[in-house]
Amino acid sequence: MADLLLVLWTLLKILLVTVPIIVTVAFYTLAERKVIGYMQVRRGPMHIGPFGLLQPFADVFKMLFKELMVPANADRTLYVIAPLLSLAPALAAWAVVPFDEGIALSQIDAGLLYLLAMTSLGVYGVILAGWASNSKYAFLGAMRSAAQIVSYEIAMGFALVGVLIAAGTLNLEKIVLAQAGNLGPFEWFWWPLLPLFVIYFISGVAETNRAPFDVAEGESEIVAGFHVEYSGAAFAVFFLAEYANMILISFLAAILFMGGWLSPFQGLIPGFLGEPSPIWLAVKVVFFMFCFLWFRATFPRYRYDQIMRLGWKIFIPITIVWIAVIAVMVVGGVVERGV
Amino acid sequence: MDLVEYLPIALFLVVASVIGIALLSLGSLLGPRRPDSEKLSPYECGFEAFEDARMKFDVRYYLVAILFIIFDLEIAFLFPWSVVLDEIGWHGIASMGVFLGLLVIGFIYEWKKGALEWD
Repeated sequence: MADLLLVLWTLLKILLVTVPIIVTVAFYTLAERKVIGYMQVRRGPMHIGPFGLLQPFADVFKMLFKELMVPANADRTLYVIAPLLSLAPALAAWAVVPFDEGIALSQIDAGLLYLLAMTSLGVYGVILAGWASNSKYAFLGAMRSAAQIVSYEIAMGFALVGVLIAAGTLNLEKIVLAQAGNLGPFEWFWWPLLPLFVIYFISGVAETNRAPFDVAEGESEIVAGFHVEYSGAAFAVFFLAEYANMILISFLAAILFMGGWLSPFQGLIPGFLGEPSPIWLAVKVVFFMFCFLWFRATFPRYRYDQIMRLGWKIFIPITIVWIAVIAVMVVGGVVERGV
Repeated sequence: MDLVEYLPIALFLVVASVIGIALLSLGSLLGPRRPDSEKLSPYECGFEAFEDARMKFDVRYYLVAILFIIFDLEIAFLFPWSVVLDEIGWHGIASMGVFLGLLVIGFIYEWKKGALEWD
């Protein structure tokens, strides 16, 4: 009986995390169109609801009422499994994300390892979708996308190792607490790990196949890449996974490098502004989410060889060097390791 | 650490899959189903599809995958090392230096061999 209650209670908590994520994804798509619209001196969607605020719901219903097609010669089983395989890890990764001190679904000590595993699984959905569709565009998009994701995964993994060296724990909550101190933002890990922080976020943009690294979609070359044959709800599932991943990358950038829920005024200003609060976390996350949209409106798409060169020849050498630097600084006592 | 902490993770994986399955089944229930041979043919910007879509592809994708495995394993080894760095100190740095050094030599070799070139 107690076990059953525990399971039900956990399920409720999971829904309390999942439903806001899905709603955020819905409004994130609207924000994307609005932000890019205003950056291009347009107003974005304006017709459904006041200022187009109900547009995401109209989009959801439109997608649900569209025909779900399975192309001829497609591998039906893999074709259906692929969107599920990209959505499940994108949502399940949230199990270890802390929202405030003591507020996380699961406080496992291997939190960061679990996150690395879950974000790596997403690439299977992309490869299977491209392979199962039996379409040249989908196949090319999947190949490009897979090679790009695994390349940037390495740079991202090395950047995470840098965080581990500085924090000394894999537990996400303890990583945030290790960044507390009386110097405000200069106690956060972005400062000693500045190159790794920049590389982490750029790799995050590349991992989620977002502009300017969106050759997997490359509208002008291969139309929509790996999900070109997907329609209706199946397309919506891919879309949900991509945007949930973008929000996850934003959360991780805030938690690992920008002090999570810690206040930038900690130790500098007395009173509530200097107190840690989930509001600070939200502010940081929204900033990173905005960066995704900002990049898309600003930068032209990279060429594929440029993407691979950036990943392998620039990011990986820099991260290896900086891991050595930070390890020597930690053992030599230059950087204080806080657990 | 209690194993009970892993319960939400297992449940979350189930819930996430259920959400995906629910969306797909809702879509197939609500959507129309009027297939025809043109609609189901692979999309190639209006042209007739030619050849098989599962075609030959560049061997460099394999190369990237192999290199990825090496480096990802390296990261897997670095994870526990970085957590206990406090206790192993300079000795730990020296041994990881040897390990990383070997990897960097291999990395320089493949760079010089042109394995990282895309043209």
